[in-house]
Amino acid sequence: MTVASAPAVVPPRVRPPTPVSMAAALNRALADSLAADERVVVFGEDVGTLGGVFRVTDGLAARFGEDRVFDTPLAESAIVGSAIGMAMNGLVPVVEMQFDAFAYPAFEQITSHLAKIHNRTRGKVVLPVVIRIPFGGGIGGVEHHSDSSEAYYTHTPGLRVVAPGTPADAYRLLRQAIECPDPVIFLEPKRRYWSKETAVLTPDGPPIDRAVVRRPGTDVTLIAYGGMVATALEAAEAAVEEDWDVEVIDLRSLSPFDDVTLTESVRRTGRAVIVHEAPGFAGYGAEVAARLTEQCFHYLQAPILRVTGLDIPYPPPHLERFHLPNTDRILDAIARLQWEEDDA
Amino acid sequence: MTTLTHPGDTATAESLLPSAAPLQLIDQDGHSGGYHGELTIPGPAVLRSLHRHMVLGRRFDTQATALTKQGRLAVYPSSRGQDACQVGAVLALRDQDWLFPTYRDSVAVLTRGVPAEETLTLLRGDWHCGYDPYEYRVAPQCTPLATNTVHAVGLAHAARLKKQDAVALVLLGDGATSEGDTHEALNFAAVWKAPVVFLVQNNGYAISVPLAKQTAAPTLAAKGIGYGVPAMLIDGNDAAAVYAAVGASVERAAAGDGPTLIEALTYRIEAHTNADDATRYRASEEVSTWLGRDPIARLEAHLRARHLLDDAAAGRLAADAERLADDLRQRMNQDVNPDPAELFEHVYTHPTAALERERAALRAELRELAELTTEPAS
Repeated sequence: MTVASAPAVVPPRVRPPTPVSMAAALNRALADSLAADERVVVFGEDVGTLGGVFRVTDGLAARFGEDRVFDTPLAESAIVGSAIGMAMNGLVPVVEMQFDAFAYPAFEQITSHLAKIHNRTRGKVVLPVVIRIPFGGGIGGVEHHSDSSEAYYTHTPGLRVVAPGTPADAYRLLRQAIECPDPVIFLEPKRRYWSKETAVLTPDGPPIDRAVVRRPGTDVTLIAYGGMVATALEAAEAAVEEDWDVEVIDLRSLSPFDDVTLTESVRRTGRAVIVHEAPGFAGYGAEVAARLTEQCFHYLQAPILRVTGLDIPYPPPHLERFHLPNTDRILDAIARLQWEEDDA
Repeated sequence: MTTLTHPGDTATAESLLPSAAPLQLIDQDGHSGGYHGELTIPGPAVLRSLHRHMVLGRRFDTQATALTKQGRLAVYPSSRGQDACQVGAVLALRDQDWLFPTYRDSVAVLTRGVPAEETLTLLRGDWHCGYDPYEYRVAPQCTPLATNTVHAVGLAHAARLKKQDAVALVLLGDGATSEGDTHEALNFAAVWKAPVVFLVQNNGYAISVPLAKQTAAPTLAAKGIGYGVPAMLIDGNDAAAVYAAVGASVERAAAGDGPTLIEALTYRIEAHTNADDATRYRASEEVSTWLGRDPIARLEAHLRARHLLDDAAAGRLAADAERLADDLRQRMNQDVNPDPAELFEHVYTHPTAALERERAALRAELRELAELTTEPAS
């Protein structure tokens, strides 16, 4: 390119705050990453012409061409495995698993290779791959469409696991995940795809590995991520009536875990409840409770409680409301946090 | 009603099928000939190089097996008998091409130029991969079967997207063809027209399970047609045929004509690894038969008949091989003391705060232990 034909430097377009859904925010994050970095490629099942079953990749193939945004044959292991090979050759693949439970065929590629090749090669091979996985329930999906599979990934060293709770954060976290040199499992709470927020979309703000306080409070720390952030905020509002001042923390990064933000909050409030949709047994909340107990024991006024999905296979649509955490269950858990002397 | 159409009608099905008999350029007795289809015999320099690398590779292989007996290697899966595949395939690659080997392909890795000691890091046990993949364009040796096939396809597809002139050669065995990833990789490679060469070293056994229990396909090469991938069946103990077949496939891939599947018929002379007992599942007569089909002896007979190798040259080569073995032995006989702190270095591109705490705890534990062991006896 000659100097004469170089494009003039223009300041980035500032978008005024507008109501935006999480799906649209993710779409914009992908578009902006594709525009910003020619190494970025987006592929998976139905992500090209169709724009994805949730339309998160809508319009990207038309705008960026089929060399950068493309449909693949229907095979998740090869989608992740070929992403590994592409990353070895200098690309930044962002792949989509259509639903949580449909990512399982790729499990070996994710856990045995994507998570380990950097370590295996003593840091010589860097794999900046992002795996987007719509996860969780609450959408009335039939079997295999509502799993909360986060613990499988957080239990694998070498992976970063993030889950946005709001549209603005979905944009920010996805931009950050694509820029991150480590492989990132990007869990999108599908029940929140269509929830809107009026916000400016920017990659700036809290970094990829930090939790944020969504609602400050003094009495109890309510910890949530992904689809449960909004539920936790609702519960916190409802708790005002009971005279509880609830602090809500949106974890954002499930792995690594932000010990600093979490211990600061729990030491201050002395009480904590962790909420997730996944079954409680050996679930992500167990790690959070154990970790915070180890680090905050002498500050705790009550045992850390978990509000989780039941220890059952994900139920059929007409029964899922009995499985999922809701504000009532969260308020019940808060009530059990030994507020009176004789509760203990 | 929508009319369904199938792509790929330009290649007639028959053109994708392998030959009925394995392609061969040099027969068992070292004579040129056999059924060779489109393959052409390489020139004298290449033939000499194939022979040289097979002799060096064989010596490396026997030395590595010996090192397991001395406890210097954790384990070693020998490729003895598959020498022609290991060497022929790698020498057919160009500098810019990539090799995706498995745990049984140490000789291939060595032939690609990776130093012997770095080749054996995985099997010695001081790290999972001892070489820089980018320096030699050799992916880490893959232990889970067939999973490297999709990596090769991805790397090759990226090369195509980036308009790089590079081909990926992936090595797999007969057992790996039963894995789902092989199926997915062949399919992706064909749909994407990715510049990949799949070389199946059919050595007759997946640990103990013979081919008859592995597949009902007439040949493994016959599987190519199901994906629209042209296939070749070759004599895998004929280094010239392996070189020519892989070379032609690399050329085809580099020209933008997509992947090729090659099945090379060969035999694993040793057990699966030093820890395996092959007498439990195969007869010694079978091994003897294949010992009589030795790929090195075959090429050597051919070279001598054409006066491309004499006793003096063979003697010099044998001495080179001994030097390689001596050097390897000396290096491997030194104790290794990998730094435990490195365990935390490469999990992420930068260690997380939690990993830094674990590293500090391990260091403290080691310091304490060192103090205890150095305390003077009272």
